[in-house]
Amino acid sequence: MYDVLIIGCGITGAAAAFMLSKYRLKVGILERENDVAQGATKANSAILHAGYDPEPGTLMAKLNVRGSGLARELCEKLDVPYRQCGSMVLAFSEQEEETLRTLLARGKLSGVPELRVISGDEARALEPGLSAEVTAALLAPTAAICSPWELCLALAETAVKNGAELFLETEVTGLTREAEGWRVSTNRGVYRSRFVVNAAGVFAGDIHDMVSSHSFAMRPSRGEYYLLDKCEGSRINYVLFQCPNENGKGVLAAPTVHGNLIVGPSADTVEGNNTANTAAGMAFVREKALKSVPSIDFRQSIRNFAGVRARTDRGDFIIEFPPDAPGFLDLAGICSPGLSAATAIGEYAVELLGGAGLPLAEKADFVCERHRIRFKELSASQKAELIEKEPAYGRVVCRCETVTEGEILACFRTPIPPRSVDGVKRRVNTGMGRCQGGFCGPRVVELLSRELGVSPGEILQDRADTRILLCRTKGGWEDV
Amino acid sequence: MKELICIVCPNGCHLRVDEEKDYLVTGNSCPRGAEYGKSELMHPVRVVTSTVRCRDAAYPRCPVKTNRPVPKESIRAVMKAMENVTLTAPVRIGDIVIKNICGTGADLVSTRNMEKEN
Amino acid sequence: MYDLIVVGGGPAGLAAAWAAWDKGLKKILIVERDRELGGILNQCIHNGFGLHHFKEELTGPEYAGRFASMIRSTGVEVRLDTMVLEVTRDKQVRMVGKATGYREEQARTVVLAMGCRERTRGAIAIPGTRPAGIFTAGAAQRYVNMEGWLPGKRVVILGSGDIGLIMARRMTLEGAKVLACVEVMPYSGGLNRNIVQCLQDFDIPLYLSHTVTEIRGEKRVEQVVVSQVDESRRPIPGTEMVFDCDTLLLSVGLIPENELTRQAGIEMDPRTNGPKVYENMEVSVPGIFACGNVCHVHDLVDYVTSESLRAGEAAAAYVLSGDRAGKTLTVKNGPGVTYTVPQRIRREGVKKNCGIFFRVNRVCRDSEILVTSGETVIAKYSRSHLAPGEMEHIMLPAVLLNKADGEITLSIREAQA
Repeated sequence: MYDVLIIGCGITGAAAAFMLSKYRLKVGILERENDVAQGATKANSAILHAGYDPEPGTLMAKLNVRGSGLARELCEKLDVPYRQCGSMVLAFSEQEEETLRTLLARGKLSGVPELRVISGDEARALEPGLSAEVTAALLAPTAAICSPWELCLALAETAVKNGAELFLETEVTGLTREAEGWRVSTNRGVYRSRFVVNAAGVFAGDIHDMVSSHSFAMRPSRGEYYLLDKCEGSRINYVLFQCPNENGKGVLAAPTVHGNLIVGPSADTVEGNNTANTAAGMAFVREKALKSVPSIDFRQSIRNFAGVRARTDRGDFIIEFPPDAPGFLDLAGICSPGLSAATAIGEYAVELLGGAGLPLAEKADFVCERHRIRFKELSASQKAELIEKEPAYGRVVCRCETVTEGEILACFRTPIPPRSVDGVKRRVNTGMGRCQGGFCGPRVVELLSRELGVSPGEILQDRADTRILLCRTKGGWEDV
Repeated sequence: MKELICIVCPNGCHLRVDEEKDYLVTGNSCPRGAEYGKSELMHPVRVVTSTVRCRDAAYPRCPVKTNRPVPKESIRAVMKAMENVTLTAPVRIGDIVIKNICGTGADLVSTRNMEKEN
Repeated sequence: MYDLIVVGGGPAGLAAAWAAWDKGLKKILIVERDRELGGILNQCIHNGFGLHHFKEELTGPEYAGRFASMIRSTGVEVRLDTMVLEVTRDKQVRMVGKATGYREEQARTVVLAMGCRERTRGAIAIPGTRPAGIFTAGAAQRYVNMEGWLPGKRVVILGSGDIGLIMARRMTLEGAKVLACVEVMPYSGGLNRNIVQCLQDFDIPLYLSHTVTEIRGEKRVEQVVVSQVDESRRPIPGTEMVFDCDTLLLSVGLIPENELTRQAGIEMDPRTNGPKVYENMEVSVPGIFACGNVCHVHDLVDYVTSESLRAGEAAAAYVLSGDRAGKTLTVKNGPGVTYTVPQRIRREGVKKNCGIFFRVNRVCRDSEILVTSGETVIAKYSRSHLAPGEMEHIMLPAVLLNKADGEITLSIREAQA
């Protein structure tokens, strides 16, 4: 019998697990994919928003500001890449300048520090690549960028270190109320828990509807992105938004903590978790971004991707016990600013669970630290010393990102080891660079095969059933 | 008159072969091109390059080639014959893997050194 | 202190080291990241290499093997499994290796021979899902030829570059079904001989002026959609063809790998994506040279070798007889020419002839290559066939360079049809 079972291990589920793992509780996380961070957590703008955008008084406004601060603290403690680079919302007309003033007022009400409106020329002085058409900008120095999947991984790993149990490839198929709590059926058997937390992202509606009358509807919205090579990474210093509209915060251009330039997202309503890229979506993103920064060189694109926002028809985050499902807590509708708010959502979930009768006795031995070696960031003498001690750090496997065999081997010894090539990528950045794994892919397959003790033919690109190699040559093809 | 592209070397000369004039070749820039133009129309041949299994080496496959061109229609048979071979390292460049493969008169030979790995 | 450190032990690096040794340098180090010398040639098991340099037709591993044993017969030091992290302008080379650890080595000269990498799906923004089963042709080549794995059974190839064409044949021979080779340009990007012996021999259709407009499949590639494109390479609606396949191979171009070059602040040429070089392959920093695919993407390894031999000789000359100064001619691209290597010529550096490699921007028949300086035509070469996929080469006699003033321009004049 679990005290709490969390459904879904994206950033929201991981944050809830992390916050719960501070207490003497039996916590489980059920994740249907073979890794954490597999939904919108790995496909978003990677921005910790300052918090001026949401309507004051909403959960979004409250949790964004608190969450961004908490995320900063946790990134530091858990060794997650984070950089406070500041953001600007750009205005191109008198009407948009009016929007800036509205945002400024909202931000002040929500307690966003250091927010101010600057002129177009002041903006260009800070950000020389800005279009000459920019007439004013809302400057938010507290906005930051981070690695969202590494934050999710760090929170989940820390939860596991503190006793939470993560069950991967475990998909919830049914929920029934029992005398003591909930009976959770999955493809891997039945789990029982006093409380259930629904953090299923774009599938949160499906989970909710298993236990409660239909009270909100998912309105998934796809956002498409470009990721550009590091040679474009220094083109801009700030996160550059355009004025928000009914479709969201609009297309932004931003540096990433890994040194690239990210551009996106578009916004179009899709059925379910449709993360395909479209010609129209990519063209839209290109066109809009060039309006902010005309010099972006899209020939330096190294990857396109798309994520689906877990938007609902309610507008705000849905963080509540449905009245007809006691002990079942929805963390639904976590779309933007979901990443920024996630840690605060986790904290708030604990508060609500406590209020509903979950006993919150703090652990004396709670561990809140995590370190990983990033070889390329070490000084010459540190590199020398490390290779001396562990020669595997002397072999560079991914040349674009300078990732060593030592780092790859180390990630197999973490609380949540990778199960696929992309799992390794999310942990140590192999294949994230300009050759997109063309060079290191076969080498990572070899290492995975060795570490997992399976044939290279069993190695997955990413999710279940994504085998890379189909059969051996020399007679391995009779079935073709 | 047939037009074809010479595959003897990467230059890819544009050849014209006149069947009426005893396969007279023009457009070639070397004698091998003339030879190719004629043989391509009369009895086309190709060098086959592929791999065979190899044990005890850093890689599980050793590259091989036919040491002279084989008739085009025998390529499938040559590939099939390679399936039944497993070399054991060390292998040297030029080692004969299959003598007179499929009766073509060509030998299948190794094209790289495969060192013995422990 | 090394006389020369060569970054990269592929065909370019090996030839440069060999030439420098031959010209009298004694303390030479080759740094190679792989566990063996030869670079990408080790996975290019097809033949067609060496006709110019060795006067016989070799496979990639044989060509690499020849140079590797030539190097082994010298006193050139080789450090395998070692990656160069940085080259400084004063020629300090920082590297890491499993066996040798972190090292900083000082050299009098450096040859950059890091080769190139493949363009990927991201570079061309193909719409659709992102399942398993999308490979660059080179990665597939490694799996098939070295690791012994077939990455797909029903294959569509996008791009008609040579590696793509070679892989069409290779995968067919290993039992896969190659359904189509799709090329966005109206002409092939690969060598004609490869169209014949890799596609036509196996009845694989080549769709020119077509591209992949959608990838379908959630976990593994299930289908790709191919559409015809117009003159500006935009897909034409209504021309879609759907192929049921499990694999898409990309052979959509190579990009010189110049991270180290940029890091060292060496002047680059946006047209080649490589460093700007002089006639002796010296870059904008004296004593640093570049050769092979790091400079510009070659079609033939033999040309890589000849260019790299020049770089190695020049590195030796730099050590033995000092810096080369003198008046510089700039080589400009006229109509029809997309790039030239070298981009600069020092008159004093040219003994008998100056070789110039270049590419044209369209297929031309019966054309003249014109070398002009101002209004004066200083040289003319005629060619019956020119194509962007085939690198061209002229030898400009030194005496003609005397007629040039400040710059020369290469251009193509096509005979009127």
